Amino acid sequence: MERTLKFKIFRYNPNIENDKPRVETFKINETPRLNVFTALNRIREEQAPDLMFDFVCRAGICGSCAMMINGRPTLGCRTLTSDLPENIELYPLPFFKMLGDLSVDTGIWFRGISEQLESWVHTQKEFDPEAQEERMDNALANKIYESERCIECGCCLAGCATAQAYPNFLGAAGLNRIGRFIMDPRDQRTDEEWFELVSTDEGVFGCIGMMACDDVCPKELPLLEVFSYIRRKMSTVPLKR
Amino acid sequence: MRVITSDVLVIGAGLAGERAAIACAKEEQEVIILSLVPPRRSHSSAAQGGMQASLGNSIKGKGDNPTIHWLDTVKGSDWGADQEVARIFADNAPIAMREMAHFGVPWNTVEAGPRDVYIKGKKATIVEEKEKEGLITARAFGGTAKWRTCYTSDGTGHTVLYTMDNLVVQLGIPVHDRMEALQLIHADGRCYGAVVRSLRDGEIITYLAKSTVIATGGYGRIYGESTNAVINEGTGSWLALQTGVVPLANMEAVQFHPTGIVPTDILVTEGCRGDGGILLDVDEYRFMPDYEPDKQELASRDVVSRRMKEHMLKGKGVKSPYGEHLWMDLRHLGKEHLTTELREVHDICMYFIGVNPITDLIPVRPTQHYSMGGIRVNKDGHAYNLEGLFALGEVACWDMHGFNRLGGNSLAETVVGGMIIGKKVAEYTKKASLKTDKTLAEQFAKKEQDKTALLLNTPEGENVYKLRDEISAILIKDVHIFRTEEGLTRATDGLLDIVKRTKNVKVQSSAPGMNPELSTALRIEGMAKQAYLIAKGGLDRTESRGAHSREDYPKRDDNKWLNRTLARWPDPDGEPVFTYEPVGLLDLPPGYRGYGDDLREDMKMSIEDYNKKIPGEQKQHGRLETSEPIGTKLPKEMWKSEVKETK
Repeated sequence: MERTLKFKIFRYNPNIENDKPRVETFKINETPRLNVFTALNRIREEQAPDLMFDFVCRAGICGSCAMMINGRPTLGCRTLTSDLPENIELYPLPFFKMLGDLSVDTGIWFRGISEQLESWVHTQKEFDPEAQEERMDNALANKIYESERCIECGCCLAGCATAQAYPNFLGAAGLNRIGRFIMDPRDQRTDEEWFELVSTDEGVFGCIGMMACDDVCPKELPLLEVFSYIRRKMSTVPLKR
Repeated sequence: MRVITSDVLVIGAGLAGERAAIACAKEEQEVIILSLVPPRRSHSSAAQGGMQASLGNSIKGKGDNPTIHWLDTVKGSDWGADQEVARIFADNAPIAMREMAHFGVPWNTVEAGPRDVYIKGKKATIVEEKEKEGLITARAFGGTAKWRTCYTSDGTGHTVLYTMDNLVVQLGIPVHDRMEALQLIHADGRCYGAVVRSLRDGEIITYLAKSTVIATGGYGRIYGESTNAVINEGTGSWLALQTGVVPLANMEAVQFHPTGIVPTDILVTEGCRGDGGILLDVDEYRFMPDYEPDKQELASRDVVSRRMKEHMLKGKGVKSPYGEHLWMDLRHLGKEHLTTELREVHDICMYFIGVNPITDLIPVRPTQHYSMGGIRVNKDGHAYNLEGLFALGEVACWDMHGFNRLGGNSLAETVVGGMIIGKKVAEYTKKASLKTDKTLAEQFAKKEQDKTALLLNTPEGENVYKLRDEISAILIKDVHIFRTEEGLTRATDGLLDIVKRTKNVKVQSSAPGMNPELSTALRIEGMAKQAYLIAKGGLDRTESRGAHSREDYPKRDDNKWLNRTLARWPDPDGEPVFTYEPVGLLDLPPGYRGYGDDLREDMKMSIEDYNKKIPGEQKQHGRLETSEPIGTKLPKEMWKSEVKETK
């Protein structure tokens, strides 16, 4: 039988002076294969024209639509209502700056992380348009790609206890990004430089190992593996000194 | 009102925009990038299969070179492309791929030794060469003579975009995200920047720049059923159209990708078929070899989409609550392949339609995917009729794609075009001066403020979402894969009526800030007008060329229609003006494309005479001077030594 779904959605518009954060309820009938993307658009177009949320690719690729769905950070586009009870609670991701209703500012945060970690290949080499590319083992390329697959949706940070307590924590997304560059032989940063970057309480040693990030990551990145890799790598650095 | 100035203003932070911005920043130009969304969310990130470049490292690409790539591209365009631009592209694609490797893209590389692959539905073993080990490898894509598509698994757009954005960060180029350009600031044939609305708080800001670059991607969402991201609503091409002087070219050339999944219209890459996937009908019969015995599933996209539609019209489609579809079978590729090189496809099928491609067939049908047409620019990327405005990527009609683009050529175009056009922008900007005409900027900004006020204060009016749905319903019904005069006439009539109705929209909510309904309302006129140009361009073009397929005019008519449609809209309350220019210099003479019956009307004019008129006629249509004369990058008849190769 067709269900009537009750969406309880967090509402707050920071552009309205004295606007009060609240939860509003919207009812819609459930259609086959309904997902949260379609549901929210229907609610906006039929009931709440000012409802704010973010979707871009609507295919689980771009990372825009992470939100708390019944208490769990995940991608809205990929969440089928058939996997949820009739009552569906939607909240914006914690940790990031709120822009309005379900929309949060992940972009600025991730840009900051990229700047802080200098998340680019550090090399003295100039590109030579005439020269053949540097060779890379395909297995290594695949390994780098495993970490590169992060879509910066922010679910790992929203689910992370350390991040809630220490806003400067790099989180799984930040650490994974470093791991990606440590693995990459084109990046000529030294072990000591990596050590400076991550061996802090805001870095790899801030993680208390609850691994909620690993549970909630929609791309199923091998975060546990990446963290161990970084830790292992870092634990050898002081000895070399 | 805030005024922000820079040397270069880039609108759009996908691959094309970012690559052009990087080229300008490297030439010491101060650049600002605007984006509707955080840059890494741009639709470039959704590109899966790869980028074409004739590196020729894989054994199945051995002997490849830019000339063969160029031949495939020109034939694929059904001779609608500018052959010189296609040449610039093909020549530079290998450099761009290697450069992206240098910047950090983890391209998949050649693994020496034997491996099993599927070619034309059959299992085969190929042996990769030891001397090529570790170099960028390639997979097969449609309409190509060689395996030429470089990739990182099926997340190529993602990795290249992340690498590109890393570089943007490294160079300190500011990206103002959640910003929407609403109108170009221009006067007397010169562009000065744009009026911009912040999607954070609704503020109207003017950005003034010596050069303005549009790189906002396609308009696919106008079709409703499209593989495109929800932000692809033609906002950039609308900027150009609003000037009244800059033409949009070949808007009737719309690509339908053979494999959008049903329902949801999410794309699964051509790499599926490149890697050996096959198409099946309701009887689980493989039908493509019957229609196209040579290329089979790897015929050009327009051809495969037409054949699929044709087969469904014969009653061989699979009926479903979401309409008819066909199947794609990847099961034989095996779990290992489907969870590594086609992993996104695997996940998309699992999450969105509950289909496991390792054991199940995937429901697919041709779905709107790409616009070959767009803002008409010269080979330097400089817009027709408006100095200081550039465009590149999907939003532009640089015109290497003509009437059908090859898979893997558009993603490659973003970085190649960015590299080439970015430099031209920098060159232009260095010589240009910025007349900071604030009065002019204020005039344009006021227009937008008035428009917003009208939308909010009209007591009664049209519902914007209803109009949007009406536009897409018309396009889906009558401006799709197969077109007829009857359908297109119905479509143009209907769309012209909707264009008028977009002037009377009522926005329900006056909430300050992002106001998503207002954002849509500010775009709707542009969506309706572009839809009209697609339909009208298609109605007037009485031939079939590439993706533009007329049932009532099945021949490609090189005598009458070897030209490019240009549409401008000088009077915003009137009707658009259509003119036609020659496609560009012909080096490869128009010929048989290699699919189905050879239905063509030959050109009566000689190639020499056709070529002679190019510079003059294109100039008449508004082409600005190029930094080098027309034709300098098109070597003569190099293809002659390669023709055998591409049979």
